[in-house]
Amino acid sequence: MKIIKKIIKTATICMILVFLLRGVSLSGDLDVFKGLSGHLQIAGGTAHIKCEKAAIKRIMKAYRAIRITIGGGGSGVGIKQVCEGLIDIGNTGRAPTPDEVKRCNLKVYKFAVDGIGVIVNPERKIEGITTNQLIGIFSGSITNWKDLGGPNVSINVYTRDSESGTRKVFWKKGLKKAQIIEKAYFVRSNAAMKTAVANDPYGIGYISLGVADNSVKLLAIDGVYPSRENVKSGKYRIARGLYMNTRGEPGPLAKAFITYMLSPEGQKLVEKFGFLPVR
Amino acid sequence: MKGKLAEKATKAAIAVATAMAASIVMFIFFFLFCFSAPLISSWHLGQFLAKSWNPDARIFGIYPMIVGTFYIAGLATIIGAILGVSLAMFIEFVSGSMLARFLAWLVEFMAGIPTVVYGFSALFLLVPLIRESFGDGSGLCILAASMVLALVILPTVTMITLDRLKAVPGNLVMAVKSLGASSLEVLFYVHLPYAWKGIVSAVILGAGRAVGDTMIALMLAGNAVQVPSSILDSARTLTSHIALVTAADYESMSFKVIFVCGLLLFVFSAWNILFLKILGKIKR
Repeated sequence: MKIIKKIIKTATICMILVFLLRGVSLSGDLDVFKGLSGHLQIAGGTAHIKCEKAAIKRIMKAYRAIRITIGGGGSGVGIKQVCEGLIDIGNTGRAPTPDEVKRCNLKVYKFAVDGIGVIVNPERKIEGITTNQLIGIFSGSITNWKDLGGPNVSINVYTRDSESGTRKVFWKKGLKKAQIIEKAYFVRSNAAMKTAVANDPYGIGYISLGVADNSVKLLAIDGVYPSRENVKSGKYRIARGLYMNTRGEPGPLAKAFITYMLSPEGQKLVEKFGFLPVR
Repeated sequence: MKGKLAEKATKAAIAVATAMAASIVMFIFFFLFCFSAPLISSWHLGQFLAKSWNPDARIFGIYPMIVGTFYIAGLATIIGAILGVSLAMFIEFVSGSMLARFLAWLVEFMAGIPTVVYGFSALFLLVPLIRESFGDGSGLCILAASMVLALVILPTVTMITLDRLKAVPGNLVMAVKSLGASSLEVLFYVHLPYAWKGIVSAVILGAGRAVGDTMIALMLAGNAVQVPSSILDSARTLTSHIALVTAADYESMSFKVIFVCGLLLFVFSAWNILFLKILGKIKR
């Protein structure tokens, strides 16, 4: 009997402790959501998704009355849908153009900095390329891996559709606006880019550093590896901000979400997912 | 009295449903036409149909996509028609047996598989195979998309063909058999001539599905904006183009061009239906 009592006692204490600890972890940056309820819709840039999803999971766990959904589509979709009022926050992997800001009365919030890395399949022995080689590959003057010291097989170039913010930034900063060859294969998101290159031993593409993982190999460009430090110091040039955009002043829920992403906890998440914090 | 009222109510309900379905289709056509009309008149249809797609250089032609659709859907229809009609003939040839029942069940089952499942499996099974066997390219090509698309339209072709073969009058078959014809001869000299119209319409419906499908080509054809020169080249269909560009900002030219693509697809399916109607009028 005594043992059972003891077990019950310990269990109770444990439960109380768990509740207390939970309470501790709940207080803090998530407090901005206190008293809020409803449905927040986010869509657009595909680099944002994993990081924001992690934040959403935390928020919805702590506040049951709040429902947040996130979709992809690319930066163009983010702008378009937030502009039409279909969603509350439009994600973009590039700064919205002055024209877009004016037309849709956008409020722009930069919450992270992200590098764009050039990736190949891990089977390739190559570790780095020069800017000229990169431009050559994407514009079609270098078409075979043997020109880069590899086997005699043609290079499969992967790119994104013209609405992609990743593409826009890579095209400007990585390719110096060189025309991408017609033959290039098109994929629909950063995640699809990773899958495509991970599955094609002769593929090359570009991707958000937050999305890249061990299934693909990042290349150094002109001897600079796209590491967090190199992006931060500016040594690695192909980088961009990640933005959240709202039409006019954000509503209470959108505002809370943006505040949370910019809070120390949100910025820690940003770092955890391979981006650089802005605060 | 009560019965009549119920009958009237049912009739009214059906009429409303019909009117709704019909008006939605009409509305879509109207919508597509309104959006594309100014473009067609201002930018000259020829330019749309002849030029390539390069938004960075402000060129918004859809010629590569039209050719891509034609190649992918065409090859898929050829493969799908050959396989589908042969399969239907085989099922009819062994009709009544366990095998026939199993195959018929299999085809019905195939019709229910979502295309994205085919696409995803092919991405990991067929695409590497094509890449390894042909050496060059990533394996994302017209051939890969067409082969899988053929599987997608196979149930449509097989089920309709089988249905038409089954409709051949039994006494006709009996009469020919009593003259000493073998089962194979019956199939070729009775079933095929009797059912050819049904088979042609099955293939046309299959072609309609092949042109309209988005997921397979989007996942397997590589989506390159180029006029393909071989079946190992990457290509983009009109439907994939719509899927890839919907992203565009609605003020932009590329967004408007999407409606022209939609109109083309709509016109194609209208033409398909018209063709089937004409086919129905032909005496055998």
